[in-house]
Amino acid sequence: MRIRAILQRYETNLLIAIIVLGVIITAINPSFLTLENFFDLAKSYSFLGIFAIGVLIVLISGGIDISFSAIATVGEYAMTVIMIRHGGSIATSFLISCGIGIALGTINALLIYRFNIPTIITTIATLNIFYGVLTVLSGGKWIYNLPSWFQQFAIIRVFTLTSGEGIPYGLSIITVFWVFLILVAWIILRYTTLGRALYAMGGSMSAARRAGLNIFRLQLFVYGFMGFMSGVAGVIQALLVQTVAPNSIVGKELNVIAAVVLGGASLSGGTGTIFGTVLGVTLIAIMGNGLTLMRVSSFWYDVCIGLVILISVGVSAYRRKRMQRRSILARE
Amino acid sequence: MMAAAFLLMWILSPREFFRIDNFQSMAFQLPEFGLLSTAMMITMLTGGINLSIIASANLSGIVTAIVLTRFVSPEAMTAGSNVTILLAICAGLVTSLVIGLVNGLLIAVVEVSPILATLGMLTLVNGLTIVITKGYVIAGFPDFIRFIGNGLVAGIPMPIIIFAVAAAALSLVLNRTTLGFNIYMIGSNATASRFSGVNNKAVLIWTYLISGLYSGLASLIMISRFNSVATGYGSSYLLITILASVLGGTSTVGGFGRVSGLLLALAILQIVSSGLNLLRVSAFLTIAIWGLILILVMVVNSLGKTR
Repeated sequence: MRIRAILQRYETNLLIAIIVLGVIITAINPSFLTLENFFDLAKSYSFLGIFAIGVLIVLISGGIDISFSAIATVGEYAMTVIMIRHGGSIATSFLISCGIGIALGTINALLIYRFNIPTIITTIATLNIFYGVLTVLSGGKWIYNLPSWFQQFAIIRVFTLTSGEGIPYGLSIITVFWVFLILVAWIILRYTTLGRALYAMGGSMSAARRAGLNIFRLQLFVYGFMGFMSGVAGVIQALLVQTVAPNSIVGKELNVIAAVVLGGASLSGGTGTIFGTVLGVTLIAIMGNGLTLMRVSSFWYDVCIGLVILISVGVSAYRRKRMQRRSILARE
Repeated sequence: MMAAAFLLMWILSPREFFRIDNFQSMAFQLPEFGLLSTAMMITMLTGGINLSIIASANLSGIVTAIVLTRFVSPEAMTAGSNVTILLAICAGLVTSLVIGLVNGLLIAVVEVSPILATLGMLTLVNGLTIVITKGYVIAGFPDFIRFIGNGLVAGIPMPIIIFAVAAAALSLVLNRTTLGFNIYMIGSNATASRFSGVNNKAVLIWTYLISGLYSGLASLIMISRFNSVATGYGSSYLLITILASVLGGTSTVGGFGRVSGLLLALAILQIVSSGLNLLRVSAFLTIAIWGLILILVMVVNSLGKTR
């Protein structure tokens, strides 16, 4: 019975899909199943993965946030400009970017709570405001000349191995940030009252209010946290690419939401797990990587992602429908 | 609510703004965006959303363009080429209708939430456009196609005529037909509408079909105005169409919204952007100002409700 319950979980299906995909890719190109490739993927997808954590929490709370890409850009750009003009360290970079992120997230929360504006509308509006103002203030200029200590930090590895051809590889410090944030979010969602309150609020806003939860404080946390994650993601993006452009992140917001939804979070709120979200990001990462390794033209990338999203949301909607019918029949 | 937005635009508009050629250029810019907004709005009336409108407009534009460039060269116009042009336009519209149909089936029959279904469709269709064009731009169309987006009929730009007819038709469908009534009904209360004998599935499928058709129409004007087509054209419009719908009084949870409100909102947005353009304000600041307007409208709305 317990095995059946585990099999029926969405995450299990996702894991099976990932394993099947992994086996197929490895059969075609064995270099997929190497530690080197995994560390590489874990580094380059931590940017998407960090956004995904924030988006998951917003979705659980019953809202949606589109503006995170703009928030990350503002944080990233401001941090870079200050870093170049006044110097600083990696800590101050994160501090500035995250501070801006939290501040902008708080604006979202205030608008959503105080004026009861639907979250999607609020964040569409603030996305345009943040991005528009940033592009005007920055003149759309790209920044290339990042300080050398910033470049050095990006290539730090926690431990280093050497491949057969003598090329060093290993666990990047960037991945460590991602893993750390996953753990933080996991603990919050699973072991704190705050986490429980978030699920409750996403399940039913009015029930949560009547149960005495402080909705305002919860909203502040949700969008502040999203802003914080955006701030981190902004620095990570700068570390990964070593170029800061006002238009490099905006436009990717739907991809992140797709990854989280693929991980089993529902847009109606109240459901979703960190484990599922990590799997969702993993699936997208493996698919992109696999297509390259299988020498499929990168033109097909979006088609595959689109099909996977449609199939996964289609199947889970169909299963939900069947289960509902079954429970109605059982009641009669 | 509208009055506040109007006031803002009055303050922003300078004198030179009231000139005929300015209005004419606005009449060329507005329709493609307007058609996309109507495609968005009708799905919002049922409480849904259609994120795939721009992608489907792009794909149908690409299909039209491929049929055209394969069979008609812009220089050699023969009698048979008119038929081909018509065929090309039809092929484009059928493409967007098929996308609309699949959206409708997913949402109505499989019961996927509209955001997810159309988000998946957006990614898929975008991917298809990349696969088909290999990232290249397809350009160079016959005169007739260029006329759709750039021609004048009795001094009135052709695109605005198309848009006016399309908007009038939609308004007629929404206000005078059972389908229109049912669309509002589903948006207000889907369960109630089902129990009062409405075939919700059919209505939803029709909604997304119409949405697809209007994005197909928008694509015609788009390829004609640019005289080219490629993946990603107009993708920045997506969120702005939602903005326009909401600004025009369309409720995000469904059930409320009129074509006339949308037209008013479109006019305001266009006037503000043209006005700012004349003032040489950056296009990005204009986007920021649109966002600000949206927030202001929602704030005023919410204050009005609580009073």
